[in-house]
Amino acid sequence: MMHDDLIQQFTRRAFLGRVSHGLGALALSSLLKPDIAQAAASDQWRGIVNPLPYKQKAKRVIYLCMAGGPSHLETFDPKPKLTEMHGKEMPESLTKGQQLAQLQGNKLTCFAPQWGFQRFGKNGTEICELFPQIGSIVDDICIIRSMTSEAINHDPAHCFMNTGSSIPGRPAMGAWINYGIGTPAENLPGFLVLTSHGKGGQNQPIAARQWSSGFLPSKFQGVHLRSKGDPVLYLTNPPGVSREMQNDVIQATSKLNQRWDNVMNDPEVATRIAQYEMAFKMQASVPELMDISQEPKSMLDLYGCQPGDGSFASNCLLARRLAERGVRFIQLYHKDWDHHGNLKNDIQLKAQEVDRASAALILDLKQRGMLDDTLVIWGGEFGRTPMSQGGNGRDHHIKGFSIWMAGGGVKGGIVHGATDEFGYNAVENHIEVHDLHATMLYLMGMEHTHLTYKFQGRDYRLTDVFGKVQKKILV
Amino acid sequence: MVDRIGSALSAHCQFFPLKTHRRKRSKIKSKQRIKIHPMFRPFLTSPIFCILSLMLLLPARSEETPVPEKIEYNRDVRPILGDSCFKCHGFDKNHRKGDRRIDTREGALADIDGIKAIVPGDLKASELYARIHSDDEEEVMPPPKDKRQLTVRQKAILSRWIEQGAEYQDHWAYIKPTKPTPPDATQDVFTKNSIDRFVLARQIGLGLKPGKEADRTALYRRLSFDLLGLPPKPEEVAAFVQDNAADAYEKLVEKLLASPHYGERMAVYWLDLVRFADTAGYHSDNPRNIWPYRDWVINSFNENKRFDQFTIEQIAGDMLPNSTKQQKIASAFNRLNMTTEEGGAQPKQYESKTVTDRVKTVGTVWLAQTYMCNECHDHKFDPVTAKDFYRIGAFFADIKEETIGRREQGIIVAPPELEKKLNDQSALVDRLNQTLVSSTPEIKAAQEEWEKETIKSEALVADWTPILPTEKPAAENKSVYEVKQDILFVKEAADKEVIRIKAKIPLKHITAFRLDALADPALPASGPGRASNGNFRLSEFSVEQLLPDGKLQPVVLQNATATFDHSSMSITQAIDGVTASAYENGWGLTAEEAGKDHTACFETQEPLTGDGEINVVFTLRFNYGGQHLLGKFKLAATTTEHPVRAPGVKGAPHDVMEYLAKPASERTPDQVARIEGRFREITPLLNTIRQEHAEAKIKRDELESQVARCIVSERNETPRVVRVLPRGDWMNETGEIVKPGVPAHLPQPAVEGRDLNRLDLAQWLVSRDNPLTARVFVNRLWKMFYGVGLSKTLEDMGTQGEWPAQQPLLDWLACEFMESGWDVKHVVRLMVSSGTYRLVSQTTPEIQEHDPFNRELTHQSPFRLDAEFVRDNALAISGLLKTRIGGPSVKPYQPAGYWENLNFPAREWANDQGENQWRRGLYTWWQRSYLQPSMLAFDAPSREECSASRVNSNIPQQALALLNDPTYVEAARAFAARIMQEGGNETDARIAWACKQALVRDAQPDEIQILRALFEKQLAIYTKDEGAAQEILKIGQAPVPENLSKTELAAWTSVARAILNLHETITRF
Repeated sequence: MMHDDLIQQFTRRAFLGRVSHGLGALALSSLLKPDIAQAAASDQWRGIVNPLPYKQKAKRVIYLCMAGGPSHLETFDPKPKLTEMHGKEMPESLTKGQQLAQLQGNKLTCFAPQWGFQRFGKNGTEICELFPQIGSIVDDICIIRSMTSEAINHDPAHCFMNTGSSIPGRPAMGAWINYGIGTPAENLPGFLVLTSHGKGGQNQPIAARQWSSGFLPSKFQGVHLRSKGDPVLYLTNPPGVSREMQNDVIQATSKLNQRWDNVMNDPEVATRIAQYEMAFKMQASVPELMDISQEPKSMLDLYGCQPGDGSFASNCLLARRLAERGVRFIQLYHKDWDHHGNLKNDIQLKAQEVDRASAALILDLKQRGMLDDTLVIWGGEFGRTPMSQGGNGRDHHIKGFSIWMAGGGVKGGIVHGATDEFGYNAVENHIEVHDLHATMLYLMGMEHTHLTYKFQGRDYRLTDVFGKVQKKILV
Repeated sequence: MVDRIGSALSAHCQFFPLKTHRRKRSKIKSKQRIKIHPMFRPFLTSPIFCILSLMLLLPARSEETPVPEKIEYNRDVRPILGDSCFKCHGFDKNHRKGDRRIDTREGALADIDGIKAIVPGDLKASELYARIHSDDEEEVMPPPKDKRQLTVRQKAILSRWIEQGAEYQDHWAYIKPTKPTPPDATQDVFTKNSIDRFVLARQIGLGLKPGKEADRTALYRRLSFDLLGLPPKPEEVAAFVQDNAADAYEKLVEKLLASPHYGERMAVYWLDLVRFADTAGYHSDNPRNIWPYRDWVINSFNENKRFDQFTIEQIAGDMLPNSTKQQKIASAFNRLNMTTEEGGAQPKQYESKTVTDRVKTVGTVWLAQTYMCNECHDHKFDPVTAKDFYRIGAFFADIKEETIGRREQGIIVAPPELEKKLNDQSALVDRLNQTLVSSTPEIKAAQEEWEKETIKSEALVADWTPILPTEKPAAENKSVYEVKQDILFVKEAADKEVIRIKAKIPLKHITAFRLDALADPALPASGPGRASNGNFRLSEFSVEQLLPDGKLQPVVLQNATATFDHSSMSITQAIDGVTASAYENGWGLTAEEAGKDHTACFETQEPLTGDGEINVVFTLRFNYGGQHLLGKFKLAATTTEHPVRAPGVKGAPHDVMEYLAKPASERTPDQVARIEGRFREITPLLNTIRQEHAEAKIKRDELESQVARCIVSERNETPRVVRVLPRGDWMNETGEIVKPGVPAHLPQPAVEGRDLNRLDLAQWLVSRDNPLTARVFVNRLWKMFYGVGLSKTLEDMGTQGEWPAQQPLLDWLACEFMESGWDVKHVVRLMVSSGTYRLVSQTTPEIQEHDPFNRELTHQSPFRLDAEFVRDNALAISGLLKTRIGGPSVKPYQPAGYWENLNFPAREWANDQGENQWRRGLYTWWQRSYLQPSMLAFDAPSREECSASRVNSNIPQQALALLNDPTYVEAARAFAARIMQEGGNETDARIAWACKQALVRDAQPDEIQILRALFEKQLAIYTKDEGAAQEILKIGQAPVPENLSKTELAAWTSVARAILNLHETITRF
């Protein structure tokens, strides 16, 4: 789809809206009346891909980003061979000429998995003993042990995972998806991001470019929902201004805008009025959404969180609430997985922070009947080396690592792909980041090669010129 | 509805059966005729068919553009072939299918196995024609699975073009522009200069005519925003409205062009292009010294520096003979790319990122070419190869830089006296440092002695008396420590902190102090620090004794020891007297030590004495940031005789003890250095020089804080080797090594007998033979003043860019620009003086229906102000704006915690206090990974990469920012105070006055009515709830005038907020 067509569609919509029944006036009158607001929602972006070429199995995505790069060898990929080889030199055949990060130029020795593995579920899938709760839902998830990435440092690797390119500037997957199919969320943006810190102290920075709309229109950019202060920036009225008073100001503004529109015939004015309406609605809907104290105690216990604690667990519960409200793409970052050293203790800390909550999210979605049409993805921007770093840690690794997916048309209870016996190279059913993106878009009903946007003379897409839909893992 | 063109064409096709016998390699089997889509068949015999055919050229609606009578390759054909065909039949030989290229006439006409893609004038013989109309899945072009299927209209264009002889044109933008004569079209009043003649001639051809000229009020406001980025003052507008001089408008243009704010406005556009920002971009996104470059850009536009010179100084200012400091600052352009300090980042990888970024930037800024495609392969559409890409990259291989890691500090930008002072002081520090590290026989002997003693040293035990603070510690920032007995626990932590603890110690004399850093599960990572990883960094620990006469006597500390003492953050750094230097300087832990208790001890050089009670003040400084404070700690004192050491610590830190234990011959050079370093840190022989050194450093730091620095370009003797990276893979070193060069398809620089360099590149960019640069620049200026470029693809003048329907005008402007001596103000003046510029912005639904994007310029276009100007406008209206030009970037209000995901180090934005709070938007601190959120909401780009055209969105975040960002609430209450003070006494009069200030026009009665209703309602509420009125007036730093009624002021603030939120207020029209 060309840029122009998009603008044309926006403009045309605003234009027709005004001609047919005066969108501005309608929006204004519906500020405090949700029923009329429903009617005004015709203004909402419904996506460029229309009709969908494939059946939409996943209506939304919840992406649990384990930022920093979790070790696959202490999570989902058991490697007894590595225990045998502990302290011995890594076979040069595997590592020669390969890209390394901090271990570049160092002697490379095998480092045994620091924790044991246990069997879970119907098929006795092996998962690290630190993650018994995820183990308990293993029949609902598809573990992929053969992911690879291209970028070996955090910043570019996040960029690659999110945008399909390690060079900044391209739209994030959440932006692509909202551009492609819009969002049914009425009072919320279609792409929301939550972040949480880990207690281990390796909280790698994350840049807002990871949820940028890149060259797509700004309305598709991810909005960061913060756990401290205003959840959305500038959401709260200034002190001394009540909701009613704020509404009075907005009403006056909109009336004057409406009048201005009559003079100018500028479609942007009607859009402006609608945006004030949306902003005003968000001022009520977002705090309500963020208030998990409304949840029953049993629910807080299931996730293992306290209202206002800003934890990953709270964010998982919020993700479910966002999913219920129709948000199309929900992304959670949990940081502090960068275990160059002290891996044994620190990964235990991470397990305590994410195991229960990740599993709770799946259980909760399932019991609400939402898992079928929600795609959940759990994983980091890369894995970690089978080689030791400093005798107690692992370096970044891109040649093979693990993620898991659940719901939204993905087969549960399977393990897909494998690394070699050292956990170094993905050797079976290898899945690249672009394949993951292609599969995600397919599950949402889109053909990844057709979701394009013309920018600087060429058609860009999330999957660049790559990407294969991974049908083997689909229901 | 059936497509009229479609039916006509399908009918046409019937008469040209496909000749399959000529296609020797073809697998086609049976199709003798092109099938007509059933939908069209009834029309072939329909009586209305003929009428519809006749209607081909009559547009009913804008989206059904007719097929032009005379097909022009660049305008009509190239976009179709470019989109749908060149990918496989174009310039890129590696992806060419069937050896057939149709991007050149030669290729299209070539006979390959008896088949010609095009036979000019002969549709039947043209394979291309047959292929695009075939309905055989294996024959049809583009192939069915290709997304880029041709529309019926596109097929019609291609057919007509072949019929008319299939004439190709070189891509317009690669042909040197020649100056066309302006058409002889004039219309009274409208035609002001040559621009209008071009515009009008085209409109006449299309049966259009220009709208009315805007009124003077609107014109002034438009000009003021376009040239200064600021609103006009109503009294100035009034004077202009009343100026009857024939050249009143021209005088106004001159006045605004002469304003120093013109340079600021132009800089906003240029800074996006060159990706100017205050930080590195990747990973930790740390600050860099760069703002003097921004000021150079502002000054250059204000001086009206020739654009060719402006270009040369940025790309190669450092290479000009006897280059001035300003020219060096200009060359900071080459250093604006993103960089990383991430551990484990691979230099080669970032070297390749840097090449890509620089080629892309130069390609976009000056040439509007999409060279980044060529990082991996030859261009699909433009005649540019991957090799061309790396040759451009090689121009920059001479730049001296560390590819990864922290940027250097840069050159000093300061008045010469200050620079000299700083240089002298730095020299002094170096000299003292030299003394500090150089050996003398005496020191050598002392070290030998010390080593012998230290080897024998044992851990000691002292008798410690707990120190109980007499009051809560005083914190300079907002940290709060709770005290229980002798234990201090942080309840609230600032980013950085200085705390002072007073204590009465019930001892008669003191020989040493002890500091225990205590782990606690309640702290992040169990402490003992308050940082997220449990760490702290004690920058300086100092003690003063409160003497009976009330004076504070500094206590000299020595022989600091600690249970954990790492050479890079040793305990001695906490007593080195350096309080304000690099943030790393101080005592801290490594990650493995988190969650454990640690102790430091400090001997006093002289014992403190008192009569049974010694009063002291401890000062603990934490400069590291990211809450690297002690989370839980306690203090103690002892009377035990020296030596006094931390528990378990022998005469030196553990690692030094370990090295000392080895025979001297087995110590590595690093270990020898560590031993010597440790000795020098503590030996009393160096006490004086250490003290002098510390003091000299403090003085140097003070001076340093007064000078600005700027990273600039400097040359390496030997440039880096640049290779073609196959498919852009930086790990692949098999590619050809390349020398600097410009793309082969463009005119080449006239340099012989030596390699090209950056200066050659700069001069080539602005040579008269370069077909692109002038066009690119005037096209972007056009966008600034008319809302959309003459070619709307500002970033792409390649074959995929938009062919400018007004190409003669664009070429005329480009030539005029070059002929004028690259005079930017001249071209700006021409544009804003034209009749086309002065038209009204109002449209009608009819105009919008036919020309929704106003490409025919029958009227002006309204557009929302850029992010910076949204801010400037509100501040100007409120009277808060400070118009000082230039200087370090500033920090307007930003929500606390917005930087929570930044790290290494963790940081907190500190809102500027005082005048810097109300500076223009372009001075806002530009943090690439987290741009100030109000700026971001209004589409300011992060400047992570070159951006030629901002999006102009309309999103709810903009409403939230204008309604609730303290910047705008404060502006509203300051504006409210002005309304009450300057707007008269009556409500209606005040509203009228306010509208005049903000909108630069008279408010209409119904508008006044709407705002009066708002005022009265809000006043009633605030009258009942005075507390609420007090609350809103507290927002921001601007003082509240005391003589005004608080409730009224609050109610007027609501009115002011409504006005500042108007679409009209933030729109230039």
